[in-house]
Amino acid sequence: MQTLKEMKPGDTVHVVKLHGQGPTRRRIMDMGITKGTELFVRKVAPLGDPIEVNVRGYELSVHKSDAEMIEVI
Amino acid sequence: MSIVIALAGNPNSGKTTLFNDLTGSSQYVGNWPGVTVEKKEGRLKGNKEVVVQDLPGIYSLSPYTLEEVVSRNYLINERPDAIINIVDASNLERNLYLTTQLMELGLPVVVALNMMDVVEKSGDTINAAKLSALLGCPVIEVSAVKGRGVKELVQAAIEAAQSKTACEPRHLFEGKVEESIDQIEAILRDNTPLSNLRWHAVKFFERDQSVAENVPLPNEAAARIESLITACEDALDDDSESIVTNERYTYITKHIKGILNKKSSSNITTSDKIDSIVTNRVLALPIFAAVMFVVYYLSISSIGGMMTDWVNDALFGEFVPGYAEAALESLGTAEWLNALILDGIIGGVGAVLGFLPQMLVLFLCLAILEDSGYMARIAFIMDRIFRKFGLSGKSFIPILIGTGCGVPGIMASRTIESENDRRMTVITTTFIPCGAKLPIIALIAGAIFDEAVWVGPVSYFIGVAAIILSGVMLKKTRFFAGDPAPFVMELPAYHMPRLKGVLLSTYERGSAFVKKAGTIILLACALIWFLSSFNGSFEMVDAEESLLASIGNLVAPLFAPLGWGNWKAAVATFTGLVAKENVVGTFGILYGMEEVAEDGVEIWSTLRADYTPLAAFSFLVFNLLCAPCFAAIGAIRREMVTAKWTFIAIAYQTSLAYVAALIIYQLGLAFTGGGFTPWAVIAAILLAFIIYMLLKAPYDPSNLKGRQAKELCQH
Repeated sequence: MQTLKEMKPGDTVHVVKLHGQGPTRRRIMDMGITKGTELFVRKVAPLGDPIEVNVRGYELSVHKSDAEMIEVI
Repeated sequence: MSIVIALAGNPNSGKTTLFNDLTGSSQYVGNWPGVTVEKKEGRLKGNKEVVVQDLPGIYSLSPYTLEEVVSRNYLINERPDAIINIVDASNLERNLYLTTQLMELGLPVVVALNMMDVVEKSGDTINAAKLSALLGCPVIEVSAVKGRGVKELVQAAIEAAQSKTACEPRHLFEGKVEESIDQIEAILRDNTPLSNLRWHAVKFFERDQSVAENVPLPNEAAARIESLITACEDALDDDSESIVTNERYTYITKHIKGILNKKSSSNITTSDKIDSIVTNRVLALPIFAAVMFVVYYLSISSIGGMMTDWVNDALFGEFVPGYAEAALESLGTAEWLNALILDGIIGGVGAVLGFLPQMLVLFLCLAILEDSGYMARIAFIMDRIFRKFGLSGKSFIPILIGTGCGVPGIMASRTIESENDRRMTVITTTFIPCGAKLPIIALIAGAIFDEAVWVGPVSYFIGVAAIILSGVMLKKTRFFAGDPAPFVMELPAYHMPRLKGVLLSTYERGSAFVKKAGTIILLACALIWFLSSFNGSFEMVDAEESLLASIGNLVAPLFAPLGWGNWKAAVATFTGLVAKENVVGTFGILYGMEEVAEDGVEIWSTLRADYTPLAAFSFLVFNLLCAPCFAAIGAIRREMVTAKWTFIAIAYQTSLAYVAALIIYQLGLAFTGGGFTPWAVIAAILLAFIIYMLLKAPYDPSNLKGRQAKELCQH
């Protein structure tokens, strides 16, 4: 299983499934990261965390620990 | 009859600008009851019958974040006459996600399609008529910045409110899901008198506890609903909450194709270009440092600082008191009345207003950073470091500003979204030595340590250590436990800050400080003035014979374990509550000097005779960390909203100061062979406790955020 956490800047991936539960998971989905959504990994923050992804045409910043919940292909 | 219109929309959708357009200057800014979420309302420009209620910027109506719960409760319980849903046209998909939820509430909805100018500029087109047909509610194109379309929007909203025809909920869900929700709706219809059944049915399907709790259902009905949900979940291999979210987005993506026509596939915008430099791996930190330097320089060192000095020293130091004194003398009023007016009232008002220039410049800088989109990047850049000890990346600004003055520092925490992070920042900001604590450092360094250069850096180190230790420890207590707010944050597109918005925000924050923080500062200054000017039989006396001195004598034994149980040190510490630089002045007076220099050089030799280096260092540590001055306490009260949280903050700061000073003095004494007292044992136990708190596993309540939200729902 590969997750958003392992992706490198410049990668374009699609969401397979969201793992985890509770508020964080709901928040991730509310922001538009749902099954099948295309994600473009824009960059990693200067200190290595969080990462910036482009989703549904806007920029979103996601913690690596939360990105681990997002299974992608 | 008046009409209430609620303004709902995503953060960064231009809601504030539209709200300002609609209401002009007739705004009221406060907090929602019991929480530090800003509540703004105003009356419509040109029609005072219409009340516009601004809701917090939200992405969804989930029951998890405070902003969302506040908005949801308001819409469900207060039932405004209409909702204006402001939608950022340049970010249509995600904005419409909230729209699909608002449409289910059974209220008239008007969609304001904002930022059409941005869309047009990029060459994309949006078919508003088609969008209106899809949503089943009026869609008005506006540009809040240019004031375009606002009149039509107001007209549409008033008509919608008067017609009282609720937005007909679209059936957005497909197949199995729609079927289940329909069946739940039928069960609810048979068992409850609810009006907006559709919304409740969806919430029941999502297993939204805070809604279900308020709707009593017979056991049999509840069981039938549960089995419907489970069947659907099994069929789709997902939990019901995710199913609903997925369905909403699927619905939007499916239907948006004929409405939004993208011109080009290239998605590199000007904003992306700016961002590739500003948050570049190499350049981000230097640029950040430069921006912070400019903010600090403008608000603390140059303009803001100079104006504050002028207000403090010239206006309220000489001009006003001088003028008032002359006036009072010519009137021949009693001496105590003169003192009350000059020292008590004018001094108190001066203490409040003195900080204002600094604060206004700072607020202006912050508003520009927020409006341009850079503030979100600060969190992006700094988050890694600050997250480690329970703060937010945005905590950097309050702490940096706090090195100049804690009052604007605390007020700067406003920009932090998560309530927990904000409270933690408010509590820890004043640990960093502010400008007014420098004289105390200079006094101790000069009098005791032969002006050693290490005292200054060590003081800052102690401040930083206190912030980090507090962050790590407090995060593990019940008050701050729970997941840090999920850091899934939008990085809004950069744009030029708008003068009007920036000025309004500066004015709002400035006046909020004067109103809310002002009262407590005024009262506290008057109280200390009274205590330090009168004795027990209400005669006016000098400070060393005053009630304050008696209190100092009374509490001095409390400080004995810290090595400075001498009443003078206790009184000096108390007067530090008015302003920290008073500590030095008070020492001067108590040691018989008429007046001392800022670093108290006149009393260095006397102090050296009275205090051992260890005791003096313990005194320094206590004064650096303990409760800040009243102005800062006022700011804490303003940011914490409740008296309870203000008390927690002050109590924590003072306890930490006491414990730190105790550990330093007692263990220092024991290790340097200065003697071993039972207090050393207590100090060792406290030190062990701190180490235990630093190492222990985090407190783990199951879903504290959800619980807070639930408590709020029950209000």
